[in-house]
Amino acid sequence: MSRTTLTAWLFLAPALVLLAVFSFWPVGFGSYLAFTDYSLIRPTHWVGLDNFRYIFGNEMFVTGLVNSVLFLLMVPCVQVGALALAVLVNNQLPGIRLFRAAFYVPVVTTVSVVGIMWGFMFHEQGTLNYVLLLMRAVDAPVGWLSHDGIALFAIMFVTMWRGLGWYMVMYLAALQTVPADMQEAAILDGANRWQRFWKITVPMLRPTIAVCTILSVLAALKAYQEVDVLTQGGPMNSTFTALYYAYDQGLKHLKLPRALAASFVVSLLCIGVALCCLRWLKPKHR
Amino acid sequence: MKKALHYLALVAIALLCVFPFWWTLVTALSTEGNVFAFPPTFWPKAPSLANFAEVFRVIPLWDFFRNSVFIAACTVLWKLIFCSMAAYPLARMHFRGRKLVFGLILATLVLPSEVNFLVNFITVTKLSLVDTYTGVILPNVVTAVAILLLKQAFEEVPQDLIDAARVDGASEWTIFSRIMLPLIAPWLATVGILTAVESWNEYIWPSIVMSKPDEFPLSVGVLYLRGTFGSSTRVVAAGTILTILPTLAAFVFAQRFFMRGMDGAVK
Repeated sequence: MSRTTLTAWLFLAPALVLLAVFSFWPVGFGSYLAFTDYSLIRPTHWVGLDNFRYIFGNEMFVTGLVNSVLFLLMVPCVQVGALALAVLVNNQLPGIRLFRAAFYVPVVTTVSVVGIMWGFMFHEQGTLNYVLLLMRAVDAPVGWLSHDGIALFAIMFVTMWRGLGWYMVMYLAALQTVPADMQEAAILDGANRWQRFWKITVPMLRPTIAVCTILSVLAALKAYQEVDVLTQGGPMNSTFTALYYAYDQGLKHLKLPRALAASFVVSLLCIGVALCCLRWLKPKHR
Repeated sequence: MKKALHYLALVAIALLCVFPFWWTLVTALSTEGNVFAFPPTFWPKAPSLANFAEVFRVIPLWDFFRNSVFIAACTVLWKLIFCSMAAYPLARMHFRGRKLVFGLILATLVLPSEVNFLVNFITVTKLSLVDTYTGVILPNVVTAVAILLLKQAFEEVPQDLIDAARVDGASEWTIFSRIMLPLIAPWLATVGILTAVESWNEYIWPSIVMSKPDEFPLSVGVLYLRGTFGSSTRVVAAGTILTILPTLAAFVFAQRFFMRGMDGAVK
C-alpha cells in the first residue's frame, strides 16, 4: 500500500467506522433480523417468512401500508406547489427576501412544535374551522384530527406545509441557473410567458424536478413523525403509516422482528419506487 | 395590476406559513379570554409574559435548553472534524479504493435511513449508550450530505497551494489543518449551521435514546410539557415559542447559509 493510500484511509477511517456502524450495519443486520424471532433476552432463531405473514395478516400494518401509499398523493401537490412558489419568488420585487424567509420558516421548525401548533389550528374550535365557517365552506365545525376519515389528510397537509419551503429553495437554486439570454431570445421570437415556462424553464429544470420528485416520493413512503406528534395513529388506527407501525411495534411494544419486517417492506417499496422514478424521469438521450 | 396579483398570492401563502406561529404567540402572550373561542382572537388580550414565567416555573426548561445546546454543539464539532477529514482525501488524493468509498457514501443517500433507528437502538443498547448523550450524538455525526458539500469545497482550493506546502515539507495533516480547513471556512460554517438546526430540531431519535425527563433536549421536552399541562394551552404555547426562538434567530441571521446549503445539495 502506498503512502498516499495509507494517509487517505487514515483520514477516512473515523467517518467510515461510524457509517458502517450506524448506516450499513442496520440495513444488513436489520434485514436478517426480519426473518428471525430476535429479542434482547432469548437466543435467536430463523423463522423464515413468519414475521411477514404476521404483519400482512395484521389490520394495523395493512392500513398503514395503504396509508403510506395514499401519502403519495402529496407528491404532485408538493412538487407543483413548490415549483410555482419558486417561480413566484424568483424575481427582484421589493420585500421578496422576506417572503422567501416566510415560506422557509416551517422547514426549520421542530416536528414536535409543528405538531403542537397544528394541534391548535385543527382544534374543533380552532382557527381553521372558524375561517371555513366564515367562508361557508363547511356547515359545522370539522373534527380534523378526531374524525377517522379526515385525520390522515390533515396529517398529509401538515407534512406538505413543512416540506414546501424546502423544495422551493431547491427549485429556486435551479431557476437561478437558467440563462437569462435564452429567455430574452424567446421573448424576441414572440413567445409568451406560458410558452417560455414550458419550453425553456421546465426542460432546464428537469434534473432538479427528477431529484425532488424522488426525494418526495421516498419522504411520503417513510412518513411517520407527523403521525407521532399529531395523532399517534388514532383515531381508531386510521392514521397508521407503515413506518409508524414499525416504530410503534418496535419501540413501544418491543416486538422488534415484526417491526423490522415492516420496515423491510417499506425499504423494498422505497427502493422499487425510486428505481421506477429514476427510469421515468431520466432525461431522454437525444 | 399584475404586480398586485403577484403580491396577493405571496401574502396569502406567507399567511398560511406564518399564521400558526402567530396564533401560538398570541396565545402565549394572552392572559385573559377563552383560548378556543369563536371568533378567535388575533391579538393578545391583556398581554403579559406570565405564561413564559410559568413555563420556567413548572418544567426544567433551562435544563432542556442546556441539553439541546450541548447535543447540537457536540454534533456540529464532531461532524465538522470527521466529515472534513473524510472529504479531504476524496477531493484531493489519488488512492486505491477511492471510487468504492465514494460509492458507499453515496449509497447511504439512497438507503432508506429512517428505517435504521430500530437496529441502531439495539446497537446503542449493546454499547451501553442508552440514556447518554453519546448515544444521541454518535449516529448523527457522519452524513453523506456533509461529506459531499465539504468535498466540493475542497475541490475548489487551487492545487498550487497544496504543492507549495508539500515542497516545504509539510505533512498531509498540516496541509489539511493549517491550509485547507481555513480556506473552506465559509463552507464549514454552512454545514455547521445546517447541522446545528437539524440537531436542535431532531425529535424521534433523542426521544428513543433518552428516558429521563431532566436529560431531554428541548424538542422532546416540549411534548413532555404538553403531556403535563394538556389543559393549560397558554403555557404549552409559551413553551412552544421558547423552543423555536433559537432556531428562528439562527435562521434570520444566517439565512444565506441555509439557501446556499441547498444550492450545493442540488448540484
